[in-house]
Amino acid sequence: MKASTTLSVSALSLSIALLSGPAGAETLRLLTWGGYAPEDVVALFEEQTGHTVEVTRSNNEEMIAKLRATGGGGFDLVQPSQDRIAGPQEEFGIYKPIDMSKIDTSLFIPSMLAATQANTTVGGEVYGVPHVWGTSGLVLDTAQADMVADYTDLCSDAVAGRVSYRLKRPTLIGFAFAMGLDPFAAYGDEAAYTDIMSQVEERLIDCKPNVKTYWGGGDELMGLMRSGEVVASMAWDTGGWKLNADNPDITFVAPASGALGWVDTFALPARGQADDAAYDWINFVMQPEIAAMITAAAGNFTASDGAAAFADDALKARYEASFPPEAIDNIKWYPPVPAGLEVIEGGVLDRVKAAN
Amino acid sequence: MTVDLECLNLTKRFGSMTAVDNVSFDVPRGSFFSILGPSGCGKTTIMRMIAGFLSPSSGDIQIRGRSIVDTPPNKRPVNMVFQHLALFPMMNVADNIGYGLRRAGMAKSEIARQVDAALERIGLAGIGRRKIDELSGGQKQRVAIARCMVLEPDVLLLDEPLGALDLKLREHMKVELKSLQAAFDTTFVYITHDQSEALVMSDRIAVMNHGRFEQVGAGRDLYYRPGTAFVAAFVGDTNRWSGRIERVAGAQLELRTDSGLLMRGAAHGRPLAAGDRADVFVRPEAIRIARTADDLAHFDNRIAGRVTSTLFNGAASRILVQDRAGNEEIEVNLPQSGEFAALTRGSEIHIGWSGDQGNCFAAPGS
Amino acid sequence: MRTQARLGLFLLLTPLVLWLSLLIFIPHVDMFLVSLRERVGVGEYRLSLANYLTFINEPLYLRTFLRTAVMSVIATVITLMIAFPVSYYIAKIARGRTRSALFLLCLVPFWVSELVRTFGWMILLRETGLISNLLQFVGLTDAPVEMLYNDAAIMVGLVYTSMLFMVVPLVTTLESLPDEVIEAGYDLGGSGVAVMREIVIPHAMPGIVSGSIIVFMLSLGNYLTPTMLGGKDSLWFTELIYSQFIVRFNWELGAAFGFLLLGLSSAIVWGMLKLTGQSLEKSMG
Repeated sequence: MKASTTLSVSALSLSIALLSGPAGAETLRLLTWGGYAPEDVVALFEEQTGHTVEVTRSNNEEMIAKLRATGGGGFDLVQPSQDRIAGPQEEFGIYKPIDMSKIDTSLFIPSMLAATQANTTVGGEVYGVPHVWGTSGLVLDTAQADMVADYTDLCSDAVAGRVSYRLKRPTLIGFAFAMGLDPFAAYGDEAAYTDIMSQVEERLIDCKPNVKTYWGGGDELMGLMRSGEVVASMAWDTGGWKLNADNPDITFVAPASGALGWVDTFALPARGQADDAAYDWINFVMQPEIAAMITAAAGNFTASDGAAAFADDALKARYEASFPPEAIDNIKWYPPVPAGLEVIEGGVLDRVKAAN
Repeated sequence: MTVDLECLNLTKRFGSMTAVDNVSFDVPRGSFFSILGPSGCGKTTIMRMIAGFLSPSSGDIQIRGRSIVDTPPNKRPVNMVFQHLALFPMMNVADNIGYGLRRAGMAKSEIARQVDAALERIGLAGIGRRKIDELSGGQKQRVAIARCMVLEPDVLLLDEPLGALDLKLREHMKVELKSLQAAFDTTFVYITHDQSEALVMSDRIAVMNHGRFEQVGAGRDLYYRPGTAFVAAFVGDTNRWSGRIERVAGAQLELRTDSGLLMRGAAHGRPLAAGDRADVFVRPEAIRIARTADDLAHFDNRIAGRVTSTLFNGAASRILVQDRAGNEEIEVNLPQSGEFAALTRGSEIHIGWSGDQGNCFAAPGS
Repeated sequence: MRTQARLGLFLLLTPLVLWLSLLIFIPHVDMFLVSLRERVGVGEYRLSLANYLTFINEPLYLRTFLRTAVMSVIATVITLMIAFPVSYYIAKIARGRTRSALFLLCLVPFWVSELVRTFGWMILLRETGLISNLLQFVGLTDAPVEMLYNDAAIMVGLVYTSMLFMVVPLVTTLESLPDEVIEAGYDLGGSGVAVMREIVIPHAMPGIVSGSIIVFMLSLGNYLTPTMLGGKDSLWFTELIYSQFIVRFNWELGAAFGFLLLGLSSAIVWGMLKLTGQSLEKSMG
């Protein structure tokens, strides 16, 4: 039944492809994050290439869940974080390799491209190229919570009841580093990782009375910080910078143990049907001018070489204020998550959630 | 004579509408009293005020000399058989009958005994376990009455309880209700729009119209000596003509109908004078039929005419007769002897009636 | 002729059969098979009951389920207690325009999505929200009050979301009770309480049962309201299922939880029906 459905779906999309527009024009079904495909960029791309773009916004977990449910179908280009490619690929086989010959590598910052390629290589094939990068750290109301310098400070009495963070894996990793542990080093060793996680679990349970609520989405966090109900939170850098534009007291601070660095990539779903359009999109958005437009929309910088020159000065100023040079060196970049690690973390998160 | 129920100057207004307008009456103990009237006349409003679901705008209601106006419905010594009986569908027959006793706090064994006795009395012994929807229409009727009667109310109110039954059963239940009333020896107040139900069962009947009692009396009085034009028209069938009085001679008077027919009638003590506009009512059974005018010599109203229609209805068969001038159509009962059974449309016939049978009333608005 | 009739029947039944098999039966069988898999290595699975054993051996999951069930039962009871007088008023006391207006008022919250409804409650209950500000303004308190992120907030949200599903069956059954029967209850000597207990409630029982089943199932299966209003202590069983599927990529355990939810909630409903002496046929038919 599955085979026949796929057949009819591909027949359908084939006929759509044949019917629409000039030769070679395709429909690109893009599964990405909010802000990564702003309307003006989509309009420019459609105008220049003749392709049409359908954008679906999502997050890491949902992207992988969706691809897993369809066996890698339904989309032509997806943008998971670089640490979420190798594991799911080994486990579920939801991506297809990237043909690097079709990518204009000169558009990328070389070090970032190389690092991402290394992290997303499975069985000798490359599955991801970098797009947008950023960090997560602390967003503070400096007027009320300037004593918070690291994640563990969120548990201090000074900010009791005025703290929020996500109950997701970045929090576990961040707390582990702040407690002087190195979870990334233990990625390959299940016993060591379990040990680290149980220490983090204990700390998070102790810290729970301090927490107002675990935030779930960016808008929820913005509301909590803006209203002053929360004065210190673990969050993405862009969130802090956006709040800073409204209230100069609130800003993003890189924690003493180091901000956690992430890179969102481009990856091809195993059953994507518009690879040419996907490559066209990648090469299009990595042009410095276009990348700057995406930076303006998403608030984060891209792996496009030279795009910084086109970026907004205010954003650059906030970035430099949050990241003195030593803080940049101290960024902890996520290594690929080995398959099965989530189960250990999941148990920890469940127990923290259930603790009173 | 002890009075069970007495209403004094009872009035009920809904906004600007007066549903019951200054009505007074009393019902002697053990009698069957009916309120007869067309729908919307206010009879249901009276009943609901007696039961306690409405409170009167003014006036008083007394049971055995005690005012009950301020007593809530569940404390009144009055019970009601509802139009659709309102048996409790979630209970079986015995629980329905025992409901009031349970509410009164009677002991279980005593309730069971009384329920059995009540079932016996209505001829339905042994069906206590049955569900309500397993009963026939007549059985439901009896259970609804028994449910009230076990409480030994001073007055039982019945709100058109026969309305939902088919004709045959209704005729049967009329007789049965009357005998149940005699057996329980309780005061019944019965409201209906069906004159036949009221006439058959009641000791006294109040005819009600537009919130007022037109006339109160025994069925016979209402039928033969209607006090108002409304009663004459509402109770029983009748011929009705409008006209002008030409001459008055004692109790007798002469009236010319608007179509020009001259007939004699009786005022029965009502003040009517020559020149007044009036309505005259003549019952179809008061009119005699004959083949020749001579046979009707002793009647002071005589008309020769032609049969325009025969309405066969067994004992109540009638014909319609048109007078020679073609002015009026007159409904006449066929005698049951069968001598005129052969009449057909177009037959020439003579009819006549005594002027005493022509009840005259002043026309409304005159 | 007969073949035609048979063809007609076949055509009539096709959508139902397709719907039942494609959207209900097959996904459930598939889900059940997934729940019986155990991951033993990268891309390797074997048949086992490990996922169900996890539920039994990890007290956290059992506790979460019990908490969800108990909270749902309480929400159902509260909803019933609020909805019954409301429904009685709509069905038996209000007339004409007022009645349609009241019914419409029950419906109004459903014109917006559940997400928006829940956000509405967050705006009201949060520390810097309307109620907190009002209390400070009136002078009942001198510091902001946080009413969000606790079980009471979850309860408020669940009851609010469920109200209509209790009111509709109740109004329908109460409407079918003739006014005469209630009046007869009073006329034969019953007090208000007695009439309620002996006549109105027994008559409304099918509505009460079907309303309660719907509200219980809706509360048990609710995801948004408990997570958003409950904050850090929400802990709802559907949340566990969601995170197993979406966050942990652990479809096997998620599927097992899904089946446990189906089985246990059915058992609770069955138990309640037995306890109150009702049957599903009576309530739904």
